[in-house]
Amino acid sequence: MRRYALIAVPYLWLLALFLIPFLIVVKISLSDTEVSIPPYTPTLDLSGGWQSVKDFFAALDFENFVFLTTDDLYWKAYLSSLKIAAISTVLTLIVGYPIAYGMARAEESWRPTLLMLVILPFWTSFLIRVYAWMGILSNEGYLNQLLLSLGLIGEPLTILNTNTAVYIGIVYTYLPFMILPIYATLERMDGSLLEAAEDLGCSRSGAFWLVTMPLSRPGIIAGCFLVFIPSLGEFVIPSLLGGSRTLMIGKVLWEEFFSNRDWPVASAVAVILLLILIIPIILFQRNEQKQREMDQ
Amino acid sequence: MTEPTVFAPWDDPDAKPLIRFQGVSKRFGSFTAIDDIDLDIFEKEFFALLGPSGCGKTTLMRMLAGFEAPSDGMIMLDGQDIAPVPPNKRATNMMFQSYALFPHLSVFDNIAFGLRRDRLPPEQIRARTEEMAALVQLGKFTSRKPHQISGGQRQRVALARALAKAPKLLLLDEPLGALDKKLRQETQFELMDIQEKTGTTFVIVTHDQEEAMTVASRVAVMDHGKLIQVATPDAIYETPNSTYVADFIGDVNIIKGRATPGDGRVSIAWAEGQPDLTSQTALNPAAGTEVFLAIRPEKVAISADKPAGRANTVQGKVLDIAYLGNISTYHVELAGGQIIKAQTANTDRITRRDFTWEDRVWLSWTDTAGVVLDR
Ligand SMILES: Nc1ncnc2c1ncn2[C@@H]1O[C@H](COP(=O)(O)OP(=O)(O)O)[C@@H](O)[C@H]1O
Ligand SMILES: [Mg+2]
Repeated sequence: MRRYALIAVPYLWLLALFLIPFLIVVKISLSDTEVSIPPYTPTLDLSGGWQSVKDFFAALDFENFVFLTTDDLYWKAYLSSLKIAAISTVLTLIVGYPIAYGMARAEESWRPTLLMLVILPFWTSFLIRVYAWMGILSNEGYLNQLLLSLGLIGEPLTILNTNTAVYIGIVYTYLPFMILPIYATLERMDGSLLEAAEDLGCSRSGAFWLVTMPLSRPGIIAGCFLVFIPSLGEFVIPSLLGGSRTLMIGKVLWEEFFSNRDWPVASAVAVILLLILIIPIILFQRNEQKQREMDQ
Repeated sequence: MTEPTVFAPWDDPDAKPLIRFQGVSKRFGSFTAIDDIDLDIFEKEFFALLGPSGCGKTTLMRMLAGFEAPSDGMIMLDGQDIAPVPPNKRATNMMFQSYALFPHLSVFDNIAFGLRRDRLPPEQIRARTEEMAALVQLGKFTSRKPHQISGGQRQRVALARALAKAPKLLLLDEPLGALDKKLRQETQFELMDIQEKTGTTFVIVTHDQEEAMTVASRVAVMDHGKLIQVATPDAIYETPNSTYVADFIGDVNIIKGRATPGDGRVSIAWAEGQPDLTSQTALNPAAGTEVFLAIRPEKVAISADKPAGRANTVQGKVLDIAYLGNISTYHVELAGGQIIKAQTANTDRITRRDFTWEDRVWLSWTDTAGVVLDR
């Protein structure tokens, strides 16, 4: 009995904080806009008895989803988000792997400090950190000032309000999510495996590609999902650092919701986004599961 | 012309060693792990490094494999200084204490790993890998991953992987440490069998003296980075050169006393009011110096009456009896409080025991049974 109670806790949590809100969003996505509060119809009125429940369900339709297919803004935004998320993930991996590797190779007494440094940015608000990047990347920003004073460039580079700034922002923000799982797999790797590889005729770099890399694969996969999944729906970074031409679904969602006050269409956009995300989330879970089996 | 029938290249002054350590030392900071070692190891030898934990066995091995460089001295393989040769270019392979199997590769790919690095043709790699898998009786398990096989099987994969490249020298670092006693004994014989079949020179590290005695052609006993004695197992057992070696290998009684040298023998005054012990020896200690008589328990006879015609007889009281099935060990306390162990083989089923606790008994041994040591 107590065991069931224990298992029930996370499920109740999921039910209350994920499933019920999701069902509400689905419901809104099937409704119609209305200039009222809340800005959609129908609303469920239980006082009318069985008949009003039937009327309620009859008023729901897939109109908004059909609408999403008629305007090419939406699928372009989805595709562009996928592209930006994928490229950012690869960039984060390229930056994060060497950092994780260096940390795992550092003296054991140094490692807690290095881990601390990776996590340190979380101590200040995410929003403030992204604003700070605006100060760094703008035309009169620190980066341009530095490059100009070094004489490396003749006139300021335009970075802010371009996709480049979005990539920089995403890589910066999600780097710890890439570093930590890779570091975890590298850190527990038995050092004698590399010696064994060398003993059997591998060069140092050969041993890296044949042993270190494959053994850190679960960490790479986990890190990639942890970066890809949130950056796909990212809203703050593209709206603060990106330009008017940076198209991301998070921004579209925000505009539908707050500028157009079209809650049903915004909800439909969110539902599709969630469906797109379910695939990588399931793959991520699989990877974790496999990793656990290997460890046993 | 007499053909040498026994394998003993170390006695042949013309034999060229496969490995030669010349004044090799290894220091980690101010700590000396290996202290000025000279050692020859010959082809086809099964050489055991024996010593307590931390005495430098692994360090010696890692210098051979190329993972550590000597601080002083030179190591030669086939007459060539190996210092400039990196580990991946050395004709040595190592079986690691932890096995170090690649967890992401199958048994087959683990064994084939070294062969693939040599860029051999695929069919040759396949044939050699299968041959090695069969040699260690793992033919049926080649598609499994290391985490899908037992500890004993993993250890055999590690052995096959190290043997696959047919190295001139195979280094085994406590290869059987993780196995239980019975499996360990079986594997020891398997190892000897494989060594004979392949003709590879083996250097094995162990802290288990029984294991060293079982498998090795020669044993080196180490302590604090120094070689104390290098000899065949029977020489180490019968004629240890120090009380350290005598004590480390098997059970031994050590009696301390003052020497009175005679002609090829010494008398040892070991306790007030007791007759001197006497033993033949090549040692020629000065009169009055401190010496030790080391004598194995199985060479000490125990009897109720004083035996006639034995060189050494002492009387004592039975303190303890350890019945081990095949043998019994009596712990006998002598007059001076010294305890001597005497062993008898239980050739009959114990219907009667000759001695019991508190019995007064006589211990005796011949003048060739013990070894006189000066350190
Ligand atoms: N890389 C190293 N740095 C410092 N000390 C070491 C290192 N490797 C070994 N030692 C020291 O050298 C001594 C011998 O170690 P080792 O050869 O591993 O002993 P064994 O294998 O006989 O147990 C130990 O005291 C150990 O602490
Ligand atoms: Mg060791």
